[in-house]
Amino acid sequence: MKKFSVKTVVAIAVGAALFFVCGRFIAIPSPVPNTSITIQYGVLAFVAVLFGPVAGLLAGFIGHALVDFAAGWGVWWSWVIASGVFGLLMGIATKKIDLEGGEFGKAEIIRFNVSQLVCHIICWGLVAPVLDILIYQEPVEKLFAQGLVSGISNAVTTAIIGTLLCIAYAKAKPKAGSLKKED
Amino acid sequence: MINLFNYIDRPSPIHKLTGATKLICTVLWTFAAMVTYDTRLLILMPVISLLLFRVSKIRFRDVKVMLIATFAFMVLNNLTVFLFSPQHGCTIYGTKHVIIGGNARYALTEEQLFYHFNLILKYLSQIPMILLFITTTDPSEFAASLNKVGVSYKISYAVALTLRYIPDIQREYVDISQAQQARGIEMSKKESLINRLRSASTILIPLIMSSMDRIEVISNAMELRGFGKNKKRTWYVARRFVKWDYIAMAGCALLFLVSIAGIFISGSRFYNPFV
Repeated sequence: MKKFSVKTVVAIAVGAALFFVCGRFIAIPSPVPNTSITIQYGVLAFVAVLFGPVAGLLAGFIGHALVDFAAGWGVWWSWVIASGVFGLLMGIATKKIDLEGGEFGKAEIIRFNVSQLVCHIICWGLVAPVLDILIYQEPVEKLFAQGLVSGISNAVTTAIIGTLLCIAYAKAKPKAGSLKKED
Repeated sequence: MINLFNYIDRPSPIHKLTGATKLICTVLWTFAAMVTYDTRLLILMPVISLLLFRVSKIRFRDVKVMLIATFAFMVLNNLTVFLFSPQHGCTIYGTKHVIIGGNARYALTEEQLFYHFNLILKYLSQIPMILLFITTTDPSEFAASLNKVGVSYKISYAVALTLRYIPDIQREYVDISQAQQARGIEMSKKESLINRLRSASTILIPLIMSSMDRIEVISNAMELRGFGKNKKRTWYVARRFVKWDYIAMAGCALLFLVSIAGIFISGSRFYNPFV
């Protein structure tokens, strides 16, 4: 693991702040009443790809904890931890993607989306419900249904928003070896 | 702009406690409430927290908006629990006293009602404490208290930075969103879902790109000031523990121990009035 650099500290902070703002203010009304599509996991995935697992873990954890604190429905530690785990796994799974070098072609898009799908399945299909069962002892069926619904919507928004963000970011960066020495 | 964490500055004994004390107390308290399903303890906890509210001089209308959100969430959660598992109470308490409905799947049983009563009590024991913590803790003291509790100062500082940059990013989001709307981008219900997602990304991309630039600027500024060179750092807002801090922490630790001990003594997390 790399040293905990100043840049990681700042990336965690800005990532968590973005997660918070997206989670709390950018809610897109959906056809289902009383639910809205939130896009913060797309942003979190992007931060994890760019700054690595540690930044992903802490940005997800801090961001989600703050969303819960500010919303007033109590802090659901099981889901907060699941968000952190998503950032962590995403960072590990996409270690090979070099966004800073401006590389985000077809292979990277596939890699990104397969990893995000797997990470979402692990987090909302496994980590969140199991922690919920251990901590809150609510009915198992309800928890897995909740996990399934949020897992699917998170995976869809991550696929769209996350991929778009990565492409846009990579485009803005000069590719390695894009400058040639004049003869 | 909304005041984010609703810190309300009023002179009261609770406000005088250090942030670290309140953090430790809230964590112990919510864990105690999370672990136990003992009805007696769950009735006691909301009563104590209401008394603390009195002491803290936070009024009902200060937290009204949040309480409404809590209430809606609580109702929704109870409904889904009932919908998915109408006989959950029976599996927990081991008996079945049907009130109405006979053998139907959604028959109403005393056990289920008692389980829901416990669920509601769990909310009532946790939420007031969290609200109290939010309304009486100065956000800038929060980071200092995290560090005091033992969290590495780099992570504490990341939390402080997060709190510092949330309003900034929020403002920028509003700016970009209005600029895009002036260019004719539609975010309301009139558009189809796919188009709404697409228009969200036209706001999000500039927002993220400018935030990434911001990361560069902030980390350079911090590096120039030597952040992270030493093992420790001091905090401008940190305060010393006094007598009342120790008393409050001891009280919450006691509650936590009672909650844990209750499980081991009775051998179950649930208080069972049916046998």
